This record gives sequence, C-alpha cells and structure tokens, in this order.
Amino acid sequence: MALKQVSSTDEFIKGLWRDNPVFIQVLGMCPALAVSNTAINALAMGAATTFVLVMAGLSVSLLRNFIPREARIVSYICIIATFVTCVDYAIMAISIELHRALGAFIALIVVNCLILGRAEAFASKNKPGRAMLDGLGMGVGFTVALFFIGVVREVLGSGTLFGVDLFADGFQTWTVMVLPSGGFFAMAIWLLLVNWIRQRQAEAEKQDGERAREATS
Amino acid sequence: MNAPAPIQQKQTTTWEMYRSIVGIGAFCALLIVTVFQATEGRIADNKARFLSNAVAQVLPAARSTVEVALDSNGALVAATAPANLPVFLGYGENGELVGAVITAQGMGYADNITVLYSYSFDLEAIVGFKVLESKETPGLGDKVEIEPHFLANFEALDARLGGDGTALLNAIVTVKQGEKTEPWQLDGITGATITSDAIGVILNRGSGYWLPALERDARDFQPPQASEE
Repeated sequence: MALKQVSSTDEFIKGLWRDNPVFIQVLGMCPALAVSNTAINALAMGAATTFVLVMAGLSVSLLRNFIPREARIVSYICIIATFVTCVDYAIMAISIELHRALGAFIALIVVNCLILGRAEAFASKNKPGRAMLDGLGMGVGFTVALFFIGVVREVLGSGTLFGVDLFADGFQTWTVMVLPSGGFFAMAIWLLLVNWIRQRQAEAEKQDGERAREATS
Repeated sequence: MNAPAPIQQKQTTTWEMYRSIVGIGAFCALLIVTVFQATEGRIADNKARFLSNAVAQVLPAARSTVEVALDSNGALVAATAPANLPVFLGYGENGELVGAVITAQGMGYADNITVLYSYSFDLEAIVGFKVLESKETPGLGDKVEIEPHFLANFEALDARLGGDGTALLNAIVTVKQGEKTEPWQLDGITGATITSDAIGVILNRGSGYWLPALERDARDFQPPQASEE
C-alpha cells in the first residue's frame, strides 16, 4: 500500500523535473516559444494545457478498452480537440482580454505533441487515477517551464513583470526578447542551465557510488 | 524441435471501429454543445461589455449609443441586428449627437486588424482610436496600441469630405515617423511600418465608406431607443 502511494506521487513529480516536458523532453515547443512573451500569457497557456492534459488523460484512460488500436490516434485527437474547444469557450467566458492575448494558440493546443504523446504513451496503458496524476504533473511542469521562459523574456524584452515596471525610465528594453527569436534565446539559456544542473547531479551521484564501493571493499 | 507459435493479435471488427469512432464523436459533440450552452450567455455579455467599454473609451462624451446600418439605398437606418463591424451614433446627456463610432477591419502584418474609432461631426475629424483585435508582432506591430506619438494622431485626424460630400477631401495616409506635415496624415512608427500603414488604409477605407452617409443623415436621424452606456 505504501509502495503504491510513493509510486503515485512519482507519477506527478516526474513531470516537474526528471521528465519535464519542455526542458527534458523538448515537447510542445510551438506554444512554449510563441506564447511565452509575457509571464501572464505563459501562465494562462500553461493552465489551459494542464486542463487539457488531465481531462484527455482521464478520458483516454477510461476509454482505453473501448478504443481499437487502429482507431486510437483519430480518437485521441478527437478527445483532445473537444477539451481544447471547451477551454476556448471557458477562457472567453472568463475574460475576452485574456482570450485576445492568447490569440490563435489556444486552438493550437490540439496539435501540441505533449498531449497526444501522454495519451498514447501513458494514459492508454494506465488506470484513470494515474493517468490524471501523470497529466497534472506534466501540465504543472509545462506551466513552470513556460513561466520561467516568460519571465526572462518579459523582464528583458519589456522591462516589466506581470505588467509592473521593474527598471528606471532609462532602461533600454531588448525588443528581440519578445520576438519569436527571443523565445529561442530564452529557451537556450534555460536548457543550458537545466542540463548543467543535471550533469552536476549525475557526477555527484557517480562519485557517491564510487565512495560507497570503496568503503565496502 | 518445434518453432514458436506466431503471436495472435486480436482482429478488430468493423463494428468495433464504428462503435468506437461514432461513440467518441457523439460524446465529444455532447460535451462541446453542453459547454457552449453553459458559456454562451457569459461570452455574449463579455463581448458586449468589451465593445461597450471600447466605445466609451473612444467617444467618452457619449452617454448612449444607437447602432446604425445602411439600407439598400445607402440611407442611414437603425440596425435591426448586431453587425460584425458595427457602427454607432453617440448621444450626449441631453440627447444631442456627439459623434459616431466606426468599426473597421483590414489586413495587417500577421492577420486582420479590427479597429474602433470615433468621428466628431463638429471637428470633421477622427478623435479616438482603439485596436479591438490584432495578432501583430508583440513589441513591434502592437506598438500601434500603445505608442504615444502614434496615438497623438487621433487628437484630431482630419477626415473632411469633399464638396459633393461623397468622398474624403484628402485620403488618410500613413507617413514615415516624424514626417507628418498635414492633419490628414498619420505619423507612422519606425519598426512597425506595415502595421501603421495598415491602420492608415483601414481608416481611409472605413471613413470613405461610412462618413458620406453619416454626414448626410446622422444629424436628422431619429434614434428609436438609445441604449444606455
């Protein structure tokens, strides 16, 4: 019982760091680069994607014995597109301004390979609870990654964070950071940082292992 | 020595394929219709509030508005149904005509740009401007929404009609930043050339279409029942 609890927690945690969809799996790059020009846009897109990930994971898992193997891709896309449409309506019902800011990218969640990938690789082979946890973990990991990229781009590109001015009037904004190329620059900075940390972690684990072997021999 | 038996995969029948695809389609359709029904009213309210706020921003003197349209003869009449690009007459506290608000659309750099602008009958000029919908490049094209020197164009952008009242006396055009010399010119934005040019084209086309009818009929127009802002 205790083992199952730890395992379920791991389903959620893995999306945050070990299998982070943006920084490790490098999935869903279209919204990650296009909608991360401000922190608030990144959070809104992350929240919308998380909802679709969780609901698509739940639906695919519930229907996994009902969907024949040959019809699985069309079925998954149909399910994902349905929840994206629901999110689109929900955002318009919450705020037209937010819907304007996210533009066409809400509709493009349908073709985010992260969602189809989790449906195919995980939800179709696991029970609903675990599929939802996996979707939630991946969604939160995706949101955090978009937020980090968005913070760098908004601070450097506009001199603001959540629309609040951070610098004195003389600050020269780096306009390139809010352009599509700025998405690649910010992404590259974070990928460098994340990979450097992971390498250090791997080396530390290797050294610990060697020390443990020396101690036992 | 016996060869291993081939792995038998269960054959999917036609009925199973139909059942799954039609079943999922029906489930998805039901869900979409349910969410649409649940949010329809709220979305309509949000859109109406957004448009109403935008109208109030570009024509702050208006206390009530009436949506108008052109009939088959080109005469100004009260709109019977909301238009995609609505045009309003704005009335002040005492019911006097204070201006018109025109919605217009045209191609920008990335996609269509929809703008809302107000026209003053007294000044014969465009006196307010707001972008309703745009997908222009953040940081460049979207400067038309925030750049102070560009927005200053709309303090009184000349939109007088020619002598016969059928067309603009001077076409509204966008010029390079800092090269504006005439009141009907829009001082453009360096770095957002295509978008600021597009705004000039949109205003020129929208004004050329609507202002002759508005100038001819708006003062004598009897509003059926003005809606409160």
